[in-house]
Amino acid sequence: MPAGPARSPADNRLLTLPDEPAREAGLGGFLDAKPDVFGVYVHVPFCRDHCDYCAFSVAVGQEHLAERYSRAIERELAVWKDRGVPLPADTVYLGGGTPSRLPPRLLAEILGSIPRRPGAEVTMEVNPEDLTDDALAAWVAAGVNRISLGVQATCAHVLAGIGRRQDASAGMQAAGLVSAAGLDSWGVDLIIGSPSETDADLLQAIESLSALEMPPSQVSCYLLTVESRTRLARDWRRHPDEEVLSRRYELADEALAAHGYQWVEISNWARPGGGCRHNLATWSGAEYLGLGPSACSHWAGRRWENERSLRRWLACVEAGGSAVAESEVLEPYQVILERLVLALRTPSGVPRSALAGAIDTYPELAELLDPSGEMLVLNRRGRLLCDAVAGYLDPAALG
Amino acid sequence: MKTITCSLTRYAPGAVSGSRPIRNFSIISHVDHGKSTLSDRILELTHAVDPRLMREQYLDSMDLERERGITIKAQNVRVHWRDHVLHLIDTPGHVDFTYEVSRSLAACEGAVLLVDASQGIQAQTLATCYQAIENDLEIVAVLNKIDLPAADPERCATEIERVLGIDSSQILRISAKTGEGVPALLDAVVERVPPPSGSPETPLRALIFDSAYDQYRGVVSSIRVVDGVLRSGSRIRFMQAGSTHEAEEVGIRSPASTPVDQLGAGEVGYLVAGIKDVGRARSGETVTSAERPAPEPLAGYRDPKPMVFCGLFPLDGDELPELRDALEKLKLNDSSFTFEPESSKALGFGFRCGFLGLLHMEIVRERLEREFDLSLIATAPSVAYVAHLTDGSEIHFENPSDMPEASRLDHVDEPMLRATVIVPSDYTGTVMELCQSRRGEMLRMEYLSPERLELVYRIPLAEVVVDFFDQLKSRTKGYASLDYEPAGTQTANLVRVDVLINHVPVDAFSTVVHRAQADSYGRRMTEKLRSLIPRQLFDVPIQAAVGGRVIARETVKAKRKDVLAKCYGGDITRKRKLLERQKEGKKRMKSIGRVEVPQEAFVSALRLDDDR
Ligand SMILES: Nc1nc2c(ncn2[C@@H]2O[C@H](COP(=O)(O)OP(=O)(O)O)[C@@H](O)[C@H]2O)c(=O)[nH]1
Ligand code: SF4
Repeated sequence: MPAGPARSPADNRLLTLPDEPAREAGLGGFLDAKPDVFGVYVHVPFCRDHCDYCAFSVAVGQEHLAERYSRAIERELAVWKDRGVPLPADTVYLGGGTPSRLPPRLLAEILGSIPRRPGAEVTMEVNPEDLTDDALAAWVAAGVNRISLGVQATCAHVLAGIGRRQDASAGMQAAGLVSAAGLDSWGVDLIIGSPSETDADLLQAIESLSALEMPPSQVSCYLLTVESRTRLARDWRRHPDEEVLSRRYELADEALAAHGYQWVEISNWARPGGGCRHNLATWSGAEYLGLGPSACSHWAGRRWENERSLRRWLACVEAGGSAVAESEVLEPYQVILERLVLALRTPSGVPRSALAGAIDTYPELAELLDPSGEMLVLNRRGRLLCDAVAGYLDPAALG
Repeated sequence: MKTITCSLTRYAPGAVSGSRPIRNFSIISHVDHGKSTLSDRILELTHAVDPRLMREQYLDSMDLERERGITIKAQNVRVHWRDHVLHLIDTPGHVDFTYEVSRSLAACEGAVLLVDASQGIQAQTLATCYQAIENDLEIVAVLNKIDLPAADPERCATEIERVLGIDSSQILRISAKTGEGVPALLDAVVERVPPPSGSPETPLRALIFDSAYDQYRGVVSSIRVVDGVLRSGSRIRFMQAGSTHEAEEVGIRSPASTPVDQLGAGEVGYLVAGIKDVGRARSGETVTSAERPAPEPLAGYRDPKPMVFCGLFPLDGDELPELRDALEKLKLNDSSFTFEPESSKALGFGFRCGFLGLLHMEIVRERLEREFDLSLIATAPSVAYVAHLTDGSEIHFENPSDMPEASRLDHVDEPMLRATVIVPSDYTGTVMELCQSRRGEMLRMEYLSPERLELVYRIPLAEVVVDFFDQLKSRTKGYASLDYEPAGTQTANLVRVDVLINHVPVDAFSTVVHRAQADSYGRRMTEKLRSLIPRQLFDVPIQAAVGGRVIARETVKAKRKDVLAKCYGGDITRKRKLLERQKEGKKRMKSIGRVEVPQEAFVSALRLDDDR
């Protein structure tokens, strides 16, 4: 599995789709810039171990349910098809959990059931230890054309520090195999800023990845986050320090830039065209259907979230009903707020007017933002304070 | 004299004094020494209360009183003992209410001094007892809890003999818990307390010694007829208030309220006179007849004078009307606190309130929060100062913000107390240290017994209102007792310490302190605020200053990192909801010098308990 959340990064061209209308059309343009693409996200909950930092919906030791799970995904999809979700999909994302723990046959059946446009991106999160030449060939044969590899760290002490039970050499070995497979686009996830990591550990991971024959087109660096109710949360000695996190972030940003990676989202850097289209679309407000336990969906002015536990989700879907646990219809101002919050995390930035009032009172904000035409884009220091800046966004100023 | 009326259903026998002799007495004792338990025993012994209906501690009726184990409102009850009528008059048990105590004592001819034999006499009890002796009350000294193994009646008796001159052979020993010795105590009251001496022929003079507001009947006053007769239905005059009323109902409490047609000289009961506000029937008021008024009121009336002040502000500014409403309602039942509108730049609109003392302040505040469901911010308590200006004029102020500029000041006088502390001799050192650190000047030190001594200090009231009592308690493991009385004013080198957040003074934090304490107050406040104010996008200086000179400084460092690493799927909704909640939360923030300060920070910063 891919680490954490790990759906991966982005593509600059897609972010500003369609051809920079935002700047031309002013505010309306900002909101109209929602890409006309539809994605499908499949949450595969199986994991070998529960990593200490992880708060995802995962199922450890439940692989005997894989067959039932696959049938239920197909069934859930059929329900939504009937309700008219706009398939075929432009992007498919298999996240987790650990999709690479699913037998290739089931994976192929699931993918086979999801209608896709020609040229659709199909990303799969992969745990390095699951990756072999044969497995990779089987996944590609099933339709996967993009891999997001959950390396997390390349040193044993860093992996141990965050509580991920993974062989230290597995990450680079798997990366080498993916690199040799000739995919156009693939990504790697790292978790950075833990007390067990040094600046040198981080730099060395980035160096080794860039030195590959076909380096990843995207690198995601997630600042170690202490999620409540995790093993990490209960062990304060392993909690990261704010100053260290900030410095590591800056270090990663510099090192990745030096190797040709541009930031496409707070925690994601990509080479031109190498980002994950599925996630880029999500961040620009696109719609998607989520299948599987805990999966989230955004469609027809609504956001909803499925039952979190595998068993409850299975029970709901098998009973033929919906597995939706929570759902809400977005008010117009909420739509604007979400779009602003997401855009602030990317290089497209937010319209100046959304922050103009706040900047009058807090000129300090201006030091965190770079102007780009009519838009304001967070600079490096600003990105570390993204949520604080988001607190000043004024959706009402966009009318 | 008429003893029975025709309507038995409505009227119980009135003017029992005609047929049976009367004894009026109160119980003077310290919290927990057993007054309520003894009262319960007396009610049982005299069959005043059906044992099945007996609610423990019948006389302490307010919830708050029960919780704090103190009596705020004086109650009274009539019981019968061996052909005598006894009126037991309960007295408020706290130093803030000394005037109320004095009025209750004025309604009696005797007092039972009740002392826990495992503790010994306490400072307040002693002070109240001196007061009773000055009023010529007969003291019946009683040692309670003799059933306890830790009881040391010999030592306590010696102490009482020594400080009050009561012959130790006269001191009774009882257990209010088991009832042992209680009948003998009642016998002693009958034998030793003199009967009331007033004449039924002279014009009516009756003393109101307590008033409570009842939502159905209006004000119900506890009353002691001194001279003449108070008749139900008669026209009466309140001599201090200058108002005329009808005595709508006159009655006795036994302890259930029972109307009677009249109360004669020496009798104690209650009066309902169509009054809506306890401020119009104050303790100490003299009631006379409108037709045949007495020439002189009874002596000893005093207007209540607030000693301690603080600002009360609604946590939620929208609740200002509710706060005003609540204050007005409370005032109906407690005329001794005052309030007037106040506006603070930091806290918005609220009320400046005056109280008899610290406990009184806490009680009012707690009642506002509990009974009226309000959330309040209270500023630090302050006292009434007099500023003498260089131009010869005077300014009275109690709100630190109103203290005149140093350049205009000649000197400031502050209110002083004469404070008495009784403490086991082991703790003498720590008590002296505390009093000295609070600018106290020792007036007297005297051994009550080899184990305990009495310390008398002259000390600024302002020093006592800031958690002095709590400190005293904790430093002496609860063994010290405190009593105080106003003792004029004294010139002191006082300054106002202002606290500035991001260079903007916050009026709610300004305090008047002695110059020598300014630095430590400033340091404490700035440190406290540094930990309470959330980090902003910029460094926020927090300063304490005296007259523009900074005496302490802390910095809330700017935030370095505030970002969610992951933003996928459900994170998007969570993030949006968080922002929506934050925007809602901003309504509960006060913006000071561009710094958003949560209300909770004010509440915590103004809380005194974790100080010093
Ligand atoms: N052992 C013992 N305990 C007593 C006696 N009188 C009162 N107490 C206890 O002392 C505590 C305080 O008594 P209370 O009547 O509430 O005191 P008040 O605060 O003076 O009214 C209670 O726990 C009583 O049960 C007594 O004679 N013997
Ligand atoms: S437990 Fe570990 S492998 Fe499983 S989803 Fe969480 S981070 Fe990924």
